[in-house]
Amino acid sequence: MKKALLKAILFSVPLVLRRTARKYPAFREEMRRHSCTVQIKLKDESIGRFYVFNGGRVTSESGIHPRPDVTLSFRDLPTALLFLKPPMDRAEIVHAAKQFRVVVTGRDELVVWFMQLMSRIETSGLKAGTPMPDGSIRYTTNTNGGPLFVYVKDGRILRVAPIDFTDADAPSYSLSARGKRFRPWRRATVNPHALALKSMVYSEKRILYPMKRVDFDPNGERNPQNRGISGYVRISWDEALDLVASEIRRQKKVHGPGSIAIPHSSHHQWGNVGYYLSALFRFGNLIGFTRVHHNPDSWEGWYWGAAHHFGNTMRVGLPSPYGTVEDCLKEAEMIVFWSSDPESTNGAYGGFEATQRRFWAQELGIEFVHIDPHCNSTAQLYGGRWIPVRPGTDSALAISIMYVWATEGLYDKEYVETRTTGFAEWDAYLRGVSDGVPKTPEWQEPETGVPAHVVRALARKWAAKKTYLAPGGVGTGLGGACRTATGSQWARNMILMMAMQGWGKPGINFGNLQMGAPIDHFFYFPGYAEGGISGELAFTAAAVNNYTRMPHLLTMNPVKQMVPRQRLPDAIVNGYAKGYTWDGSSIEAQIAPYEYPMPGYSKIHMLYRYGGALFGTVANSSRYIEAYRHPSVECIVSQAIYMEGDVPFADVILPACTAVERWDIGETAGCQGYVHHGATQLNHRTVVMQHKCIEPLGESKSDYQIFLDICCRLGLGAVFSEGCSELDWCKRVFDSSDLAQKVKWSDFMKKGYYVVDPESEKTPEPVSMRWYVEDRVKDVPEPHPLPSQYPEQFGQGLPTQSGKIEFVPSSILRGDPDNPERPALNRYVPSWEGRQTADLIGKYPLQVISTHSRYSFHTFSDGKDSIINDIEDHRVLIDGYYYWVMRVNPADARQRGIRHHDVIRVFNDRGAVICAADVSELVMPGVVKTFESSAVFDPVPDRGGFADRGGCINVLTPQRPQVKGTDGMGSNSCLVEIEQWNPEHIERMRA
Amino acid sequence: MNKWNLIIDVAKCENCNNCVLATKDEHVGNDFPGYAAPQPLHGHHWIRIQRKVRGVVPMVDVAYLPTTCNHCDDAPCIKAAGDGAIHKRPDGIVIIDPVKAKGRKDLVKSCPYGAIWWNDALQLPQKWIFDAHLLDQGWTEPRCTQACATGCMRAVNVSDASMKQMAADAGLEVLHPEWGTGPRVYYKNLHRYTKCFVAGSVVAAIDGVTECASGVNVTLLKGDRQVAHAVTDAFGDFKFDGLDPDGGEYRLHFLAADRGAATRAVVLQESVYMGTILLDSEIPPVRSPEEAPAR
Repeated sequence: MKKALLKAILFSVPLVLRRTARKYPAFREEMRRHSCTVQIKLKDESIGRFYVFNGGRVTSESGIHPRPDVTLSFRDLPTALLFLKPPMDRAEIVHAAKQFRVVVTGRDELVVWFMQLMSRIETSGLKAGTPMPDGSIRYTTNTNGGPLFVYVKDGRILRVAPIDFTDADAPSYSLSARGKRFRPWRRATVNPHALALKSMVYSEKRILYPMKRVDFDPNGERNPQNRGISGYVRISWDEALDLVASEIRRQKKVHGPGSIAIPHSSHHQWGNVGYYLSALFRFGNLIGFTRVHHNPDSWEGWYWGAAHHFGNTMRVGLPSPYGTVEDCLKEAEMIVFWSSDPESTNGAYGGFEATQRRFWAQELGIEFVHIDPHCNSTAQLYGGRWIPVRPGTDSALAISIMYVWATEGLYDKEYVETRTTGFAEWDAYLRGVSDGVPKTPEWQEPETGVPAHVVRALARKWAAKKTYLAPGGVGTGLGGACRTATGSQWARNMILMMAMQGWGKPGINFGNLQMGAPIDHFFYFPGYAEGGISGELAFTAAAVNNYTRMPHLLTMNPVKQMVPRQRLPDAIVNGYAKGYTWDGSSIEAQIAPYEYPMPGYSKIHMLYRYGGALFGTVANSSRYIEAYRHPSVECIVSQAIYMEGDVPFADVILPACTAVERWDIGETAGCQGYVHHGATQLNHRTVVMQHKCIEPLGESKSDYQIFLDICCRLGLGAVFSEGCSELDWCKRVFDSSDLAQKVKWSDFMKKGYYVVDPESEKTPEPVSMRWYVEDRVKDVPEPHPLPSQYPEQFGQGLPTQSGKIEFVPSSILRGDPDNPERPALNRYVPSWEGRQTADLIGKYPLQVISTHSRYSFHTFSDGKDSIINDIEDHRVLIDGYYYWVMRVNPADARQRGIRHHDVIRVFNDRGAVICAADVSELVMPGVVKTFESSAVFDPVPDRGGFADRGGCINVLTPQRPQVKGTDGMGSNSCLVEIEQWNPEHIERMRA
Repeated sequence: MNKWNLIIDVAKCENCNNCVLATKDEHVGNDFPGYAAPQPLHGHHWIRIQRKVRGVVPMVDVAYLPTTCNHCDDAPCIKAAGDGAIHKRPDGIVIIDPVKAKGRKDLVKSCPYGAIWWNDALQLPQKWIFDAHLLDQGWTEPRCTQACATGCMRAVNVSDASMKQMAADAGLEVLHPEWGTGPRVYYKNLHRYTKCFVAGSVVAAIDGVTECASGVNVTLLKGDRQVAHAVTDAFGDFKFDGLDPDGGEYRLHFLAADRGAATRAVVLQESVYMGTILLDSEIPPVRSPEEAPAR
């Protein structure tokens, strides 16, 4: 019976292929792409049929072909039916493949083609998008700034627009607070950069075909010294792919494992399939690479500092946000925003979802206070007392506030007594018992610039009112202050302050309403940090859910050698680097260093560069120029969408397409992993089918396809793809989620998005740390920390040694007791680059801070000649050039003869950057404020070298780790001088 | 007949530029015959956000003012066009005809608000069309309001009588009503952009320690006339808003029953932050400001 079934299935294959080809021209085209013979058989050859493809036609014959191009050989009948009889059970298929019960042989390109063709029978009939009255099709996509409708007409994007929810979508949550009823807008709000998508897709900076540097000869002179100088010549994809594949082979054979490193940017385009943590890691693991290990660049002080006091390393040291929106609106009387500008950073990927909630808070009379050197966009919008503080001195202010609380008895003594340890030692430090210096408001005034009487008023008001502390844009951490020399001290003090005020009691918590909305946290959809299709268990959060929910082949990087991202240039130029890992499994994981090179591995001789531009994001970034030109680096490949930043330092450039030119799938703001339940910042959880809205521009290809094409040349194509196209992978992601129980795949494909029902008011979400206050078992839905980390009972207390909030952390006493820059007692240590830095402050009297950009997500939306350039708060057009904006106080400007929108030179010993001055009282004197993440790197001649006219402020920032024994960036501790720029000789260095 | 109007709350605009970008997204590279020819990639600001910063560190505020074509009922551009190159639709929307207006650079100057832009490549005057092409397809609002992050910008389709009533009820204003053009773009909280404030921070010496003086009665006087009254907050801060620029000299009286009093004078040109005001311990005999109506 089963034999007959298999024979029938095999017999029907060409019929189905022909029928599909008749119906769908794209399928017909695909079938025409190869002429070959495919054999399907049982291993014992008792049943077999082969298929002859010839110019788009297919015929078949029963039996065994003597020389097939591709053979699928099944060990037995049940295995064959498992693969061929729908519905397919991926877990069983992957299992059978792992047991070698199916063996595929033949040229990879043909194997993958055939397997994808078979899958395509299923997907060809799917409809994507909704036809509109004007003849356009409305597709959907996801971005770093929220979901979008993408209207396409005649193969071209007509417009992108935010999604308005309809009655067919899930209802919105509603909540009551102080007699008022609140319900969010029926709309998915988006960040400004999301709305620039169309102009970014059609940007003139797009790379439309593969290129090779003119003086790079892989078989002769490679001329590494000319990287960034010499131009490019167009080559075919075949040449490009052959060149890259053969270089990968050569590296392995000549140097051995470890010689290929993959430097990549953090986040450029949304989606679970095409993400760097997904397709790139799968590719990297299959070829083996030296990991360029990312430091937690947005978290820094929280991970290297705050976590030691309370844990939460799984969140990189950030407090959890559950239930805080409702608690804050119902109970809190004040929110202190500290280095917190959610209107600029929008949490992360959060659109303007929380903006409406902050207006609710205002409506309820909740007062706002803003502590920041810059009267930032949030302070500008909502008002409330602005307390300007000098960069890097926030800790002195915090300590002094705690001094007032301690000496005036304005703290929660019962909480401190029962829920914390080590307060006596801290109290003695505050009062000056231990060091003879009472930390009075007068003590901090000359350091911070905040008048002592303002500190006292704030401290008393804070203690008198139920207060939410909102450090950083997400309100539970991050923030420019955590990326200063004193970032760890500051983040630690944020925890200590809340410990003194009864963290977790009603109205007393972390947050600024950015996170903690009452959405359904029990509906599972994988976040990007779960690694997508990577199969990488160690360096993504795949192991938590994804790996079991979406059965797929495990991949593993055999190269254990790593280089810290901030030290890659030093590793190349000096041949040595030391780093510290970002590992959330325990508080201790960060203490032990690792070194490059690692014994047993080759040093780096090839860079496979992927993603966004780099000069704007890595500290003291001009170091990269020397590294890129170093003779030890024999080949640099750059897989990129845009010709910008450090892309033109590559030898071979592979043009990638944007996310709207390929298939992908993802939940808006759905990160998971280190940002577990990231969608809690949204008002409506929205899962989006990221349609392939248009064909890839020029000859560009999806990242996935580029990796697959290279893999096929290395015999890795079938392993990399598992026979799947990107759309097939999307379906597998869909099937792995709870979405599959809610909506049909074909309906989801067509409509493009799904809104998850809100959490019912009858089952209100527990509030973070309330369980801790009440000494109960932890009841918020986060799988942190690891079970072993509880010192007493599972689920009870914190993962510190004492199980409590520790004023003097035992993890530092145990692991790093003699580090003067991270003392266990969090005493004030002035910045190593600040107003007390005597040998610099004379020359460079201004402090520059460069926080996350408002109009670009990292470098992804900057430059590219997009419509973002027209925003004067982002770039200013002066004499035909779009300059990066530097905000300057009028007093500082006057002293230097600088007027509003003058072009200025910002400089220190590390280099010079050319900007446009925005002169206003919105920034405090002595401080100049800009954003990091310029995508444009445009060196022009300057005294003794070059100045970057593109605006990469990180050319100027210190590479020193913020605290010894960590890899934290201290970019916001940076001294500079500014002057009018005299552009006499603008001759490009590269001319 | 209902007509379109735009209402913008200046206090709620945060300069996110979503309106600007959505409008550019709609029109750059897109041709809508009969409505508008493509907008150039750069240089045109059919919606433009202007900034007004008031005060000094730390008492500073900022207002953002989105400006665009006002779709005036007595539009100078229509008069200037003469030949029908610009027309007003029955729903109030003003359209520059992308065919008839070709070459009419003179029309750029006809708009006193500076809302018309010259497209050099197409030789066309252009401006925001209220996305009439979308409204005619069934959209319920233009791109700019649909993308607005804070809800500060709303498009309303009502009768002129209702709009007049709404404007009166909500204190809405138009830009330069004295020009008599009959704008259909209304602003709430326009004073944040056009008016001035006088503010300061009051402190007192208590047992030799400087402290923020909260609960201090502050009276703003013009000559002998009391203009406004305020009570300082926990930081000792007070702020009188809505004053005319170049308002001349004002006097301020500060009085705290238990901590003393002070008197200061300011000359108001632009907004003034008076800095820290220390109360004298002597209380001068002035009439009680509590009797005055609070502003």
